[in-house]
Amino acid sequence: MIETKKTTETLLKVENLKKYFPVKKGIAVQRYVGDLKAVDGVSFEIRRGETLGLVGESGCGKSTIGRVILRLLEPSKGKVIFEGKVLNELSHEEMRKMRSQMQMIFQDSYASLNPRMRVGDIIAEPILIQGVSNRAEREKRVCKILDVVGLSPYHGARYPHEFSGGQRQRIGIARALALNPKLIICDEPVSALDLSIQAQLINLLEDLQKEYHLTYLFIAHDLSVVKHISNRVAVMYLGKIAELANSEELYKNPQHPYTIALLSAIPVPDPTVKKDRIILKGDVPSPVNPPSGCRFHTRCPKVQTICKEQDPNFRDIGNDHFVACHFI
Amino acid sequence: MSTNSDADKTLELYETSSLFLEMWVRLKRNRRAIFGLFLVVFLILVALFANVIAPYDPVQIALKDSLKEPNLAHLMGTDVLGRDIFSRIIYGARASLIIGVVATSISVVIGVIIGAFSGYYGGWLDSLMMRITDIFSAFPFFLLAIAIMTFLGPSLLNIFFALGIVGWTNYARLVRGQVILVKESKYIEAARSIGAKDRRIILRHILPNAIAPVIVYTALNIGGVILAEAGLSFLGLGVRPPAPSWGSMLAEGKDFIFNASWLVVWPGVAIFLTVLGYNLLGDGLRNALDPRLNLRRIK
Repeated sequence: MIETKKTTETLLKVENLKKYFPVKKGIAVQRYVGDLKAVDGVSFEIRRGETLGLVGESGCGKSTIGRVILRLLEPSKGKVIFEGKVLNELSHEEMRKMRSQMQMIFQDSYASLNPRMRVGDIIAEPILIQGVSNRAEREKRVCKILDVVGLSPYHGARYPHEFSGGQRQRIGIARALALNPKLIICDEPVSALDLSIQAQLINLLEDLQKEYHLTYLFIAHDLSVVKHISNRVAVMYLGKIAELANSEELYKNPQHPYTIALLSAIPVPDPTVKKDRIILKGDVPSPVNPPSGCRFHTRCPKVQTICKEQDPNFRDIGNDHFVACHFI
Repeated sequence: MSTNSDADKTLELYETSSLFLEMWVRLKRNRRAIFGLFLVVFLILVALFANVIAPYDPVQIALKDSLKEPNLAHLMGTDVLGRDIFSRIIYGARASLIIGVVATSISVVIGVIIGAFSGYYGGWLDSLMMRITDIFSAFPFFLLAIAIMTFLGPSLLNIFFALGIVGWTNYARLVRGQVILVKESKYIEAARSIGAKDRRIILRHILPNAIAPVIVYTALNIGGVILAEAGLSFLGLGVRPPAPSWGSMLAEGKDFIFNASWLVVWPGVAIFLTVLGYNLLGDGLRNALDPRLNLRRIK
């Protein structure tokens, strides 16, 4: 039996990753007016066999990170290193071959499945692209994968619209699994589902991780879901990582004011417990024109003058815990 | 890992909707569309079995029977050369149908290829191709067809070419728009993430999801092409006489419109019913393929 627990070996490393989208204005003649800084200097690593949770509000750039890692979007700056290879330097053809190593599970399971293809064909497609040209062999593997994700072989003959949301997400998982990838980026895979189905799918993902030694980057906006599945958690705010720590450490000992505020918003299923909820003032600033210094200073309860002037470093405070705040 | 016995069964139960099945289920609830379909199928059958149905040789001249009124021997009468109008109408259906289908197919093939490349790759390729499309569509459709036919001379092959080459621009625009819409879909991103090549993404993922409006437009357009062929033949630029064509029959009959009206009435009725059939069918297809219409609510 291969050791299934997480190791310290790095599978994927992201270095100072930036993704800017140009913003254009004008009707007839489009003129460049600035950049939308979706991801603005993010570094982290994912270790083989672990689950790294990535949380943040909508629009903070977490999905963009997932897409840039898979090179579905080209980064504006920075590197993505997978098993020692810099992905951004690969040619398109080399990258295409690398794709079997890393897969994605999409948030909207309905939109991410081609409505004109049968489920069996959807799952068989990656196997076909990988080079298994024997139809019987492909069908056998499709049936096996359907079984693994909790569907039946006869489901393969149906179209995506005939399934429930939870079943469709299982199809999405099956497609990602078809290539035996090492890394799966789960882009809010359960956010659109109701709670009981969420639990089923999370358990499925955990079982698959054990069985196939998968590494997950689990993107979500729900801290309680992430807490359950992640070994380590990164909290993002406006294109930057605010805090990164082991799951237990982060939930017990949050340091960044934003993390503290987020954690205080998790509902506790006990009406007798009184909680001090920290309500953040105002809205998330625009990523086109982010605040100077620390990006959180406009809403931070502990704000000082230095926060407006200097961008805090992403510092190690020991115990594998990183925070970007001047006062920690 | 334990193998489920079900997992060894192959995928057999192909029970539900393909694009065409879905279309048919919706189409058959629409009575006008079914009437259109009936007219179109009728035209196709007439064209296929023209040699069986037609009582006379359509080009056989019989001067003693010149300008006979419709009677039992000649159901639609005869023309100035004594040829049987009924037989000529039936053979004319063959010409109309072949021209409609072939010319439209040429338009569709050119339009889909240019539209798909333009929409998928975008950038300078898109700009270049769309400007070429603009140049072609700047000419009035019928005028360009007349110019080409005048230049090349009347023949069946030249009609295919002329009507095919003037019609592709609308398909190119239509397909380009659809492709741009579909290529932003999440399932295209998913296809890219499993390492699919551009060719596979276009053929297997984008076109099947972009093609529905093209089917509708094609059905509507065949009627238009048949009308254009009739127009060209009327001007003497279409099917070369004595081969029967509804347009040239109209042209030959126009001098006798007051004393032998059957010469122009029957080709006119034939053109009218054909174009009506294609238009009703096209309209019905448009409704049948509109995803916003609920399947159960169509009466």
